[in-house]
Amino acid sequence: MPADEPPRTASRWSRMRYVLPLGSFLVLAVLLGIGLGLDPREVPSPLVGKTAPHFELPQLHRADEQFSEKDMRGKVWILNVWASWCVACREEHPVLVALSKSGVIPIVGLNYKDQREDGTAWLARLGDPYLLSAYDEQGKVGIDYGVYGVPETYVIDKQGVIRYKRIGIVTPGIVKEKILPLVGELNRENYRAN
Amino acid sequence: MASALPGTAATALPAAADVALEKRVTALAEELRCLVCQNQTIADSHAGLAVDLKNQIREKLAAGMSEGEIIEFMVARYGDFVLYRPPVKATTVLLWFGPPLLLLLGLGLFVRTVLQRRPQTAAPLNATEQARVQTLLGAGDKERP
Repeated sequence: MPADEPPRTASRWSRMRYVLPLGSFLVLAVLLGIGLGLDPREVPSPLVGKTAPHFELPQLHRADEQFSEKDMRGKVWILNVWASWCVACREEHPVLVALSKSGVIPIVGLNYKDQREDGTAWLARLGDPYLLSAYDEQGKVGIDYGVYGVPETYVIDKQGVIRYKRIGIVTPGIVKEKILPLVGELNRENYRAN
Repeated sequence: MASALPGTAATALPAAADVALEKRVTALAEELRCLVCQNQTIADSHAGLAVDLKNQIREKLAAGMSEGEIIEFMVARYGDFVLYRPPVKATTVLLWFGPPLLLLLGLGLFVRTVLQRRPQTAAPLNATEQARVQTLLGAGDKERP
């Protein structure tokens, strides 16, 4: 019965009354769905793209010898923050051991707010993937590197610039998809001594 | 200036004597987010890192650094995320102006709906409907004893 039909604009409006809430709901659902997949601990680090902060610390195994990030100039390397009290570090450990064995990239440890004996015992028991570990007893170097959740991992280029930061466990997937391609790329860059 | 010498790692304990300094430390700590327990300020939190950062604030204030410089120090390491009041810039525009914008949008829709509201009147029945009403009413009457 065409005569009984309400005017056309009204019909469009009444249809929108159903489409709009449904549409907004779908958009919201998708956004919340994406939100679920995000890790709130992964805060973008302001350090990526900046020169790695300078530090000088005694080594974990040889307390009378110092290590500075400057010692690694000219090399692409990984700085991995770990501690014997850190449960997630244990989960990450085999990945680092495997990466270290592959010999692709030197890994330096930053033993963060740990007891020296605990740290060395931990490495003795589980294997030591590190070229060496620097011993940050007070956690001050950790603060300079913006560490807030151990383990944290930095890829540092030949110029000493932080090119990648991972907060949390380095998984085999991250090694394969992020770290190895980046290291390959960085190794091709020339070192300009300055 | 900002180089923390290994030898100067003093254990900064809250000195009861210096109430003014403690007040400044607390005021600043209340502006900073604890990244370990993200919905707490470092003033509220007892996480190891929060305690360390409070000590850093205390040491730096005692050494004569200003509040602004300390905030800069924290942002350089942990990013804008440490600030409970992040600066207004391209990446935070939505954060700052999104909620008021949504509120305005909601108010606008509300006002519009209210203004468009008309008293509801039943549409007049057409001939077929009238006839049906009659039969139904009539049928009801007949069934009555």
